[in-house]
Amino acid sequence: MKVIFKTSYDNDIDLHEDWWDRGKMIALVAVMAVLPFFLGEYYMAEITNTLIWSLAGMGLMLLVGHTGQASLGHAAFLAIGAYTDAALMNVGVPWLVAFPLAGIAAGVFGAIVAIPAVRMSGIYLAIATLALFVIVEEAIIIAEPITGGVGGLFAPSITIAGIDFDRYASLNNFYWLCLAVVVLVTWLYANLMRSPTGRSFLAVRDSEVSARALGINITRTRSLAFGLSCAMTGLAGALMGHFITFFNYELFSVFISINLLLVVTIGGLGFIQGAFFGAILITAVPQLIAILRDGAMSTLGLDLSMPGLDTLVFSVILIGFIIYEPTGLYGRWLKIRFWLELFPLARRDMFRRQKTYLKTERMK
Amino acid sequence: MSLLEVKDLAVHFGGVKAVDGVSFSVEEGEVFSIIGPNGAGKSTIFNLISRFYKPTRGTIKFDGRDITHMSAHEIAPIGIARTFQNIELFDHSTVLDNLLMGRHTHRNTNWLQDMWFLPKVRREEREHRRVVEEVIEFLELEAYREKLIAGLPYGVRKVVEIGRALAMGPKMILLDEPASGLSVEESQEVAYWVEDMRRDMGLTVLMVEHDMSLVNQVSDRVLAVAQGQPLAMGTPAEVQSDPQVKAAYLGTEVYE
Ligand SMILES: Nc1ncnc2c1ncn2[C@@H]1O[C@H](COP(=O)(O)OP(=O)(O)O)[C@@H](O)[C@H]1O
Ligand SMILES: [Mg+2]
Repeated sequence: MKVIFKTSYDNDIDLHEDWWDRGKMIALVAVMAVLPFFLGEYYMAEITNTLIWSLAGMGLMLLVGHTGQASLGHAAFLAIGAYTDAALMNVGVPWLVAFPLAGIAAGVFGAIVAIPAVRMSGIYLAIATLALFVIVEEAIIIAEPITGGVGGLFAPSITIAGIDFDRYASLNNFYWLCLAVVVLVTWLYANLMRSPTGRSFLAVRDSEVSARALGINITRTRSLAFGLSCAMTGLAGALMGHFITFFNYELFSVFISINLLLVVTIGGLGFIQGAFFGAILITAVPQLIAILRDGAMSTLGLDLSMPGLDTLVFSVILIGFIIYEPTGLYGRWLKIRFWLELFPLARRDMFRRQKTYLKTERMK
Repeated sequence: MSLLEVKDLAVHFGGVKAVDGVSFSVEEGEVFSIIGPNGAGKSTIFNLISRFYKPTRGTIKFDGRDITHMSAHEIAPIGIARTFQNIELFDHSTVLDNLLMGRHTHRNTNWLQDMWFLPKVRREEREHRRVVEEVIEFLELEAYREKLIAGLPYGVRKVVEIGRALAMGPKMILLDEPASGLSVEESQEVAYWVEDMRRDMGLTVLMVEHDMSLVNQVSDRVLAVAQGQPLAMGTPAEVQSDPQVKAAYLGTEVYE
């Protein structure tokens, strides 16, 4: 097991405890950066898609995992990001301006609708966000001059300083662009979580009563979290628009919202890493099912192309996780890593949760 | 002028008169205890001062300022910290992070600065940490610094909660039954801490407590309440010899 000798408060303030941890993160980004030199177009497109889902997942993670609020309406913020970005670019605004504006538009909209919504919690909030989603969907159809209505909208290809980032013509460039955005947003998110702002999110999540006694304004904190969450998801939406290139309101269905919830729950609530684990799963499983389905067809002559199979498999996975691994894929990974570090000293039952005390007569 | 002035405070929940006409004032640097049988309304008085409950009647003044109608989150910045009878910690965070959360009212950066982790944010984090380390040293929590609350024994959690309140750097601290559920040795430690809070930190302490030996040892004055109403107020000895107080406690084991 690794023992860290801390020599200054900065050891705890820094994102990584030591150069070994930092090195691993740098190595991971480096490997991601050189992937296009080794992988073909199919895989690069899949990985780009996974990156975009990770970004959207981080948005929801901030809300669900770190502030303890639910949202069934996050597809709406993906849509706002995608339409803002594409519509601005269609009137000649460069991507470097349109993209941040897409995030800001989704964020500001999210923060404003959050003010009445944050007084709700649990299932009520989930239903309110679902209602919001329906409203946004209708608004997109009605606002035809901007959004193309039912017909849809074309996201122009991105050019920065003469370099082409088209999703088809120069997929690798587009991949690198997405990677850069994801790395930047992850860094900002991680910074937030090691600062007073992040601590106030956790405080609101774990004990509202205490948070208020510590001087934390619950409404403002939740609404800030909502806004930041929607901004991240909005940025993901903008990239998704470019990735799909031609889209209409149907791209942002309620199933996208549910898949995003799966990303954060299966990935591991309360961990930024969880968004990535979840995104990998959610984007890889349909591909795996397709491959298995083709395999079953060609070798066994079995036709598994029934509708709803993906959804069924997802549901089973989700239920399995909720029952057997509430800390998600990332939690499972932490346990495996800990077990490896301790090998062969690990004991059974080491991770069994203990009820150390019961909260009785908790005050409302 | 007293630091805290409570006048004719009352709160009724439907027919239940949880607090009914309580008045008292706490001087700066004083240790003031509220005693009374279970359900007397002691915690409710704390919740009224914290502004979790809206009083039906009466006023609360702190530091010369009427706080009766302030919001709950505006109470911490004016210098009132508190603990809870049933421990309200952030279970999924470490002891260190719980204490750092106590520094919320002292933050001078906003979310935008935090997000980019500007040098100012780092400077402030170091300062928060320095204060928190003082608290850790004072309460001897060194061994638990990196531990998650969820795995800690009850007694340690009680201490962490006191620590979080101290990290707020308040003028007055409200302790709701700080020694309940603790061993004799642990409550003795609480007594020393309360004395140090007053002497070394210049804090004013308002405490609800059942352990009469702790109350006698540290309190300057005591207020006894029963069924939401004040029974007697004075030095610990005066209050304990009051016939009404004796009657209210008859049959209970609080007197030893
Ligand atoms: N939020 C509430 N709603 C209804 N009744 C309450 C509420 N809070 C406290 N009470 C009642 O007020 C009385 C005093 O409670 P409390 O202040 O907790 O007593 P204690 O002196 O033991 O701390 C009890 O009868 C309790 O049931
Ligand atoms: Mg009580």
